[in-house]
Amino acid sequence: MVGMQWGRFKFALNMRPGGDGSDRILKSAQQESNAFMSRTFVMLLVIALLFALLIARLGWLTVFKHDEYHTISEDNRIQDIDVAATRGRIYDRHGDVLADNRPAFSIVMVPEDVGDVEAGLAEIGMLVELTDEELDAFHARLARKRRPHSRISVKLDISPEERAAIEVNRHRLQGIHVTSDTVRHYPFGAVMSHAVGSVRRITEEDLRRLDPNVYTSATQFIGKRGVEAFYEESLHGRAGLSRVEVDAHGQIHDRGHGDDAELSEYEPLPGKNIVLHLDSRLQIAAAAALGQRRGAVVALDPRSGGILAMVSIPGYDPNLFVTGMDDALYRETSESPAKPLFNRATNGLYAPGSTFKPIVGLSALSAGTTDWEKTINDTNGEFKLPNQSRAYRDWNWTKSGTGGQGVVDLHRAVYRSSNVYFYHLGASLEVDVLPRFAAQFGFGEVTSLDVADADPGILPTAEWKAGAQGEPWYPGDNVNLSIGQGYMLVTPLQLVTAVAVIANRGRFVRPRMLLSSDPNLLTRLDVGELPRIAGPTSEDWERLVDAMEAVVHRGNQGYLQNGTAWAHIGRNLSYRMAAKSGTAQVVGIDQEEEYDEDELEEHLRKHAWFVAFAPADDPRIAVAVLVENGGSGSEVAGPVAREVIDAYLLPILAKSDPVPASTASPHIEIASTGFRLDR
Amino acid sequence: MLSLQTMFNALHGEAAERIRLFRVQVDPWLVFALCAILVFGLVVLNSAAQQDSAVVTNQALRVGIALVAMVIAAQVDPHTYLRWAPTLYVAGIVLLVIVLLVGTIAKGSQRWLDLPGLPRFQPSEIMKIAVPLVIAWYLHDRPLPPGPKHLLVAVVLLAVPAGLIALQPDLGTSVMVAFGGLAVIVMSGLRWRFIAAALGLMAAAAPALWFVLRDYQKRRVLTFLNPEADTQGAGWNIIQSKIAIGSGGVEGKGLFNGTQSRLDFLPESHTDFILAVIGEELGLRGMTLLLLLYLVVVARALFMATRATETFGRLAASSLTLVFFGYVFVNIGMVSGLLPVVGVPLPLVSYGGTSAITLLVGFGIVMAIHTHRRS
Repeated sequence: MVGMQWGRFKFALNMRPGGDGSDRILKSAQQESNAFMSRTFVMLLVIALLFALLIARLGWLTVFKHDEYHTISEDNRIQDIDVAATRGRIYDRHGDVLADNRPAFSIVMVPEDVGDVEAGLAEIGMLVELTDEELDAFHARLARKRRPHSRISVKLDISPEERAAIEVNRHRLQGIHVTSDTVRHYPFGAVMSHAVGSVRRITEEDLRRLDPNVYTSATQFIGKRGVEAFYEESLHGRAGLSRVEVDAHGQIHDRGHGDDAELSEYEPLPGKNIVLHLDSRLQIAAAAALGQRRGAVVALDPRSGGILAMVSIPGYDPNLFVTGMDDALYRETSESPAKPLFNRATNGLYAPGSTFKPIVGLSALSAGTTDWEKTINDTNGEFKLPNQSRAYRDWNWTKSGTGGQGVVDLHRAVYRSSNVYFYHLGASLEVDVLPRFAAQFGFGEVTSLDVADADPGILPTAEWKAGAQGEPWYPGDNVNLSIGQGYMLVTPLQLVTAVAVIANRGRFVRPRMLLSSDPNLLTRLDVGELPRIAGPTSEDWERLVDAMEAVVHRGNQGYLQNGTAWAHIGRNLSYRMAAKSGTAQVVGIDQEEEYDEDELEEHLRKHAWFVAFAPADDPRIAVAVLVENGGSGSEVAGPVAREVIDAYLLPILAKSDPVPASTASPHIEIASTGFRLDR
Repeated sequence: MLSLQTMFNALHGEAAERIRLFRVQVDPWLVFALCAILVFGLVVLNSAAQQDSAVVTNQALRVGIALVAMVIAAQVDPHTYLRWAPTLYVAGIVLLVIVLLVGTIAKGSQRWLDLPGLPRFQPSEIMKIAVPLVIAWYLHDRPLPPGPKHLLVAVVLLAVPAGLIALQPDLGTSVMVAFGGLAVIVMSGLRWRFIAAALGLMAAAAPALWFVLRDYQKRRVLTFLNPEADTQGAGWNIIQSKIAIGSGGVEGKGLFNGTQSRLDFLPESHTDFILAVIGEELGLRGMTLLLLLYLVVVARALFMATRATETFGRLAASSLTLVFFGYVFVNIGMVSGLLPVVGVPLPLVSYGGTSAITLLVGFGIVMAIHTHRRS
């Protein structure tokens, strides 16, 4: 049979029709059938060969190239996606959330899947509005070194309508996705703005200096102000990876595929939650007390240095910064003459005025140039240095020369805020004695543990003046400094720190925001406390506090006999408060002129200061209040301070619990507040 | 080779006589093999279409219609086909001209015709049957092998529709229609030296053909020559289908477990590139099984052609069978990266009703020729 087939095959190959064939009509049907048969056979052979070729090709792909293609197919479907670490929350001492993370949707792009990135952005731009800021941020991230196929966010925190617009057009938007993530949220809004600070979108400069292993393209925000900035590293955590199965369009199909160990997560390390000394209720009370007036309030616990409230008015709504505000609003905010972005509490520089007098008194006591018994007789409210015509005036001075406060000792000089007495003290001190003494209270440097970008202020010395002003130190500089005027500039935070030192009778505590976090963070902050104030005796401290109590409590004594603040806040006080008012000059007044508030432009009016602590004998709170261009310290700033202290102290005193032992260690504070760390 | 020989003999051994069921005459061997392929196709389609029951139901319905059409075609006397071949051909040409003038455009080419009262269809499909029939008609009463004059006529007969279809443009169908006509000429006994010369001429003319191709067709050829040059664009299909087949290995990843198709990496996974799904999920074994079924169909149909008693029947049956094989070879060749990507479906497996109807009607004609032979 086989032979016969091959015979036919040969026949077919040898078939010769003869002639040109067209003329041949006669042909055998059998012959034609045989010829067809053999041709079919040849075709079948060809077909079999081609089938074999296909099988061989498929075999090559599936057997010899299997490993290679298997790997590619796995690479196709498995992708590592950058996952942002959840930013640590910030709590106040009672566990109220000051900075939270709220769920939000964002538009992201995988540039490799989009192909033409600009066209992709244009497509998005037709559906939702993209600001220049957002485009700049996108391009900055695009230019940065990153893993292939990582997602770059285009627009954060989109509205439900914007989300719908993208989802509806998803088929056209290859490589563009809507993802859910979290966005920083500040429940207290402007009230906490200067205390807690805020985050912003990461900028190009940020990305250049940051570790790309910690900050991946998933990281959207960075702390820019306040606590958010200071504790950025701890709050941020470490961005991680999520290994997911994706389809060709980059859509995630399967997270953590149950039976596939490879689709597991390289968990991001979440940021640490931190708890602050801040008391949100006190913060609100302080902001309310200040009202619409420009100024600052800082309150701290003198025992621990913990900052209980830090208000700077005007503030801003930090939530507006989170996802970027529009240009007009940003300009309005940043260029406003009221400077809402400026933290007056930590960076506002003001002459301390009369609030500096208690420290001048302590300095003179320590130097031995005065004592509690020594008096001066102020007949006309003026002081002149020997052989100089320039008159330094008391605040009580009048043109007619009737502004004298009579016989004044240190006690009376404090509660009456006698300039003339302190002029004498200033003149009695050698150059630099007062600044050197005052430096122990933290003036001229930053003593706070964890307040971002706090200003050191200026504590003028002879050396400083030679450098900054190019002039020698004159005796008149001592006179000015003795009433907190001249070159000296302090921040409200510095002043409240000094007041806390007085409240502690000389023991220095660093002001701090952090109440508790994990131990590592505390170790990092362990920079050591500053030494006790050297010089004053314990009697000096007590008598000074007595004098400061008189500022508030000495009343009903007649003309020129009451404490400067008594009329304004001293009545109906259920606890003992020690305080000092201050009214800091903004402009110099001519020798022959009286200061007349009504005649001055508002921004030239004096700043109102008030510092206080209470209860005087067991201080739980120290406060510094500044009202910019507010005028009289006692009258304007005093009531603010009282409201703040009332808000904090009255509930505590009402409980009539014995006050727990004072402590400087935040470790123990954690236990006393009963607040759980690990949440 | 021996096994092929044996199979040929076995088929010759009259195991498969025609059956008469309700006076319906079909060839059991062919019907069995075709149905096996159709069932195989529906199972794979279910996976490729991600178990979209609408797709599978739809295809099953079309396959049912196509089978009915096949059975009807198998009952017709072959002389009817002989008589109507020229008419069908002329009608097809007219429709192709109409489609170029007023056809509906889809996917960048003008292939579809919306005639009132008729379902939307591609006139080029008619030509897949009409061209082999008309050339078989032309040559059946002329001396074989054909001389130069008849050869020229035959070439013109196939070139006109092929050209019209290429203008749509639909390169894949054009090539398959031309191939159907050439198959008749080859089966008519044209001398091998002419065939060799024609192949050589075509190879030499290929560069000239370059200037005729449309841009997207040129891109396909370039992509075939170097798919890695454009992995995201034109090369994507072929690269992803090779990855799918290669990653499936011998065993396959299992039905419904192909990641390339399930996750959309493989485009056209339920139409032209369905073989890649078979390869990925059922492995080399699944693909080999399908290829063997195709081989059975082709071998049985060719055998039936040899049993025909008249020249028209032999030429028509054999060329229709070769067209079927051409589909198989071109599709698998393109999906596995042996040939450039032309839009040719995997016969009886790819989603789409028109080609299934054409192909099964073709086999109906083959059965009719076999059944109505004079003993």
